[in-house]
Amino acid sequence: MAEKDKGGFFSEMFAPVGGFGVTFATMFRKVKTEEYPEVKRPTQPRFHGRHQLNRHPDGLEKCVGCELCAWACPADAIMVEGANNDDTPGGTGRFSPGERYGRIYQINYLRCIFCGLCIEACPTRALTMTNFYELADDSRADLIFTKEQLLAPLQPGMHTPPHPMAQGMEERDYYQGKVDGGTR
Amino acid sequence: MILLHALAAATDPTLPRDNPITDFSDTPWWLSLVKALLLFVFLLLNTLIVIWFERRVIGRMQQRPGPNRTGPFGLLQTLADGVKLALKEDLTPKNADKLIFILAPAFFGALAFVSFAIIPLGPTVSMFGHQTPLQLTDLPVAVLLVLAVAGVGAYGVVLAGWSSGSTYPLLGGLRSTAQIISYEIAMGLALVAVFLYSGSMSTSQIVESQKDLWHIVPLIISFVIYVITMVGETNRLPFDLAEGEGELTGGFHTEYSSLKFAMFFLGEYVNMFTVSALATTCFLGGWQAPPGIAAINDGMFNHGWWGLLWFFLKIWAFMFFFVWLRGSLPRTRYDQFMRFGWKFLIPGTLVWVIAVAFLKAADNGYLGEKTVSFLGADRRLASLIVIGVLALLVLAATWIWEGKASARAEAAKPVIPDVIDPYAGGYPVPPLPGQRLAGSESTNTKAVIHG
Repeated sequence: MAEKDKGGFFSEMFAPVGGFGVTFATMFRKVKTEEYPEVKRPTQPRFHGRHQLNRHPDGLEKCVGCELCAWACPADAIMVEGANNDDTPGGTGRFSPGERYGRIYQINYLRCIFCGLCIEACPTRALTMTNFYELADDSRADLIFTKEQLLAPLQPGMHTPPHPMAQGMEERDYYQGKVDGGTR
Repeated sequence: MILLHALAAATDPTLPRDNPITDFSDTPWWLSLVKALLLFVFLLLNTLIVIWFERRVIGRMQQRPGPNRTGPFGLLQTLADGVKLALKEDLTPKNADKLIFILAPAFFGALAFVSFAIIPLGPTVSMFGHQTPLQLTDLPVAVLLVLAVAGVGAYGVVLAGWSSGSTYPLLGGLRSTAQIISYEIAMGLALVAVFLYSGSMSTSQIVESQKDLWHIVPLIISFVIYVITMVGETNRLPFDLAEGEGELTGGFHTEYSSLKFAMFFLGEYVNMFTVSALATTCFLGGWQAPPGIAAINDGMFNHGWWGLLWFFLKIWAFMFFFVWLRGSLPRTRYDQFMRFGWKFLIPGTLVWVIAVAFLKAADNGYLGEKTVSFLGADRRLASLIVIGVLALLVLAATWIWEGKASARAEAAKPVIPDVIDPYAGGYPVPPLPGQRLAGSESTNTKAVIHG
């Protein structure tokens, strides 16, 4: 068997210094290093990154304050406190279609394990995950993200809640996709 | 007849051929100072660059970029590291011998620069209106000075190891003593062949004698041995046993920090340049242009400041070699290293030097003046005979060595008995393929089939 591994005369002769050839050839290979802060390689589309609280097309929040995400969380990283939408004149106003909304919404990224169970638990698809992964900080308090940080930015045609539901629409119409942006 | 006389004069041993040929008569003392300063700056700058170069090249050999943050291409990385070292806390252990602990790095760092004084960096040039050689000084025994300084420089390491008052540094210091002493013998012997060929120990004379043929061609064995020993001398991988971080944490400089450590670091790299410069001078024709380029335009590339360029390129080729070694080889074991030095390199160089002496003597006509025509040229009969005898000896030595090696390999083969007692050691042992169990009547055919 040892005889089979033997190469020709020259490969036998230079075998003891063959490593020099390897290192020399490697110098001309492509460098594998990723120059991370300057060049960011995109993640896979389904990568579990930072969470986002989504909005309906007119700007109302999708979160209904049900706390299912907080219950699903195995790391106990999410805290939700719901409150009633108050459409009456002089009230606090409407933040989501339907009865309740998430008044306080916090995710503690020191605890979060990015398992995605909260996303599976969310009944209104309010909570999803982005591909954003640069979640390092030098203070513990800054890593507890609040509702303002988690809410998706307003797209053109959206309006900052609180505001009433779209004209002539009710809660069910939001989930059936009948509401589009800017109809008030 | 005239030709013969000239030949005799050229080979006349009574004529003083060993003195330096450099002419320092037009070099005022202040110019020497300037040259010394320039040498110092040259070495410092080169050290800065070679550390960066080493890290970059080794990086590429491992498919990573190496330092690339500080400055363009990371060029200022060494400078930043130097500043960082200077700003670090300077610790002196309680057990240390304070005076020697402080002196050792200064000693090591300072001595590293000394040897470069006798290295010819180029031919005679015009500097500030004076015709002066690109060499600080030259001596009839210049190469010996390099060896002596290397030997004394070992004291820096030894004293550092001893004065640290700690175990690992002491072991590292001891190792480096043994290492530098044993490898300097082989190095000196390798250089003896150069002295025999150039008839001088003065560096300028050695360079001059390589005008037609670089010593690397006739003295290739000396060159190989010198290259091996120079790695041993400079404590570089694969011979960095004095500071092997895997076994001695940091070796002799374990207890050193801040600028004292920087001195050792600097000294090591300057030493690399020194041994490379000596190799260039002794084997690669010094500052002389490579053969093809030297012929261009009536040797114009061998004059003036051009010499500096060739010299620079040659020592940097050695630097690359050092880096390549470090990127390719693991550290040797200490006993292997010593065995290689004492049992192979030293006797090998001794035999080689004797062979060179005979060759040289035959060429110079001490073994008979008779010449014969051989391969289209007149050669001395004695030279041919010496070469023939040497070739025969080499063949015979190889034959004996191969015989012994195969005999050793034969003896090292394990003996597998045909019959074993499976309970001989107290525990049942299965038979090897083809073996029979003692006591069983039939042969163990099962084992044979599966084997």
